[in-house]
Amino acid sequence: MRRGNVVWSWFWMILGILYFFLPLLATFLFSLRAKLGVLSFTAYVNIFSDPNFIYNFSYSVLWALLTIIAGILILVPTAYLIRLRLPQFRTPVEFITLLPFVIPVIVYVFSLVRTFSQPPLLIVDSPVLLIAAYTVLSMPYMYSAVDTGLRAIDVRTLTEASQSLGAGWGTILFRVILPNIRAAILSGAFLSFAIVIGELILAEYLVKPAFAPYMNYMMQQKAYEPAAMAIVSFALTWACMGIIQFVGRGQQGQIAAGH
Amino acid sequence: MTVINSIERGAPPARPASPKFSWAWLGLTPFFIFSLLFLLYPASILGVRSFQDTKTHAFTIKYIVQLLHDPYLLGAYGISIKISIITALGGGLFGFLLAYSAIRGGLPSFMRSSLMTFCGVASNFAGVPLAFAFIALLSPSGELTRILIKLGFNPYFHGFTLYTFWGLSLVYMYFQFPLMVLIIAPAIDGLRREWLEAAENLGASSFQYWRYVAFPILLPAILGTMILLFGNSFGAFATAQALTGGQINLVTIVIGSQLRGDVLGDPGVGYALALGMVFIMAIAIVIRTILQRQTERWLR
Repeated sequence: MRRGNVVWSWFWMILGILYFFLPLLATFLFSLRAKLGVLSFTAYVNIFSDPNFIYNFSYSVLWALLTIIAGILILVPTAYLIRLRLPQFRTPVEFITLLPFVIPVIVYVFSLVRTFSQPPLLIVDSPVLLIAAYTVLSMPYMYSAVDTGLRAIDVRTLTEASQSLGAGWGTILFRVILPNIRAAILSGAFLSFAIVIGELILAEYLVKPAFAPYMNYMMQQKAYEPAAMAIVSFALTWACMGIIQFVGRGQQGQIAAGH
Repeated sequence: MTVINSIERGAPPARPASPKFSWAWLGLTPFFIFSLLFLLYPASILGVRSFQDTKTHAFTIKYIVQLLHDPYLLGAYGISIKISIITALGGGLFGFLLAYSAIRGGLPSFMRSSLMTFCGVASNFAGVPLAFAFIALLSPSGELTRILIKLGFNPYFHGFTLYTFWGLSLVYMYFQFPLMVLIIAPAIDGLRREWLEAAENLGASSFQYWRYVAFPILLPAILGTMILLFGNSFGAFATAQALTGGQINLVTIVIGSQLRGDVLGDPGVGYALALGMVFIMAIAIVIRTILQRQTERWLR
């Protein structure tokens, strides 16, 4: 019985590995075919010398960083206070952070445009709205990651110890709590990063430069360059996950799966 | 800390007195102002617009009525629900088998951590890049298609196309099963080895162990996670849009074309469709909450 189990385990794992790698391998091979008849990195040279790619991609990275900072500033104090002092707010806050998961992005975008293109709240052209929207979309992941992190440390003792040493709230939050949950925050941060990089419609409808709309546009124009872009964006996600695992070593040892 | 016990005569001692007024809730105001402004208020438009005539702004239920009678709109829900159920069941089953193989299948232990890393990456690999990866693999001139043709089997002669329902399901599976692995792994960890040993000591066969012990314990967790997978594909838009160019009438794609003001589009219908989606998701989340309570009884 045991031997049979191992054979089946290998079978499922190999199937999973194939499912996981075949599309990537195909994309990679495809991206090497830019020159007829030979395999070459021409497509990569092309995209990295394409100023539009650099422009859109660096804007996406900038949006992602600002989104992560906004998410940390809004959600870490909230999750911390709920754990420490205000457990009665847990249910409404969790409900709100899960809402973006329920509302389709396409609808959310239209509601945003409609809400913020009228005089009292005329910020539809401002990057602030885009960042706020990205922050909302990444909220379910960021909040659950931060909350998981806080669950793993003794928030109360850390707070009381800092207080008795004379620390103020700012010091407690940013110099005691934050470093202690850095692995959780990083995991939330990278999920947010992946969301911002892959998000197609927000930037498109708010008319801001971003990577995914540009790649979508290139897919209709060219064949090999988008393949190279897919590989680059994948490599980036991969690197992020590597960093999470590296920083999270020894801590809870899991990547918060969001939701 | 600042829990001040108001000692009153005759006060029931069962619960510690709630803290006196504290300024701590002030710390939550940034969160509530932010969500009110950028989430709750814009989202409330969805409810309002579904009941408001697009042109006259008068109250109307015609969009909801239209929603319930128009076979095209109902069909869109049908296709979205069908693809979500199929990929939730398929992805859920495959993800569970993978997770169980890696955790309890007698494989070397590094397989587990690599699987978790893969799944962390893959569950976030969606949208435009994912659609492109499958086009490179399985489109008529894709790498795998070409190999299959060389072997004398052209899948496009046997009813397969990447750009229709089953092709899209195959692509969705790519972000469905990794999510299942990530979420179900703790539940599998919670299956105590003692239970297997106890069952074996009592003479249970492998089938009996699964039928009477492991399966009933894991079932709520499996179903609850599958509901998350359902939601995961129900709300997906970018992948389908990039893969099929909007040719498959998923609810999200129909909403997009209605709101965008295509020739036949009516934003009111779009908002009503979205309200229907929220309604379906709400039912799914209620079921999940009930199932989750069931699981927590057993796992820790």
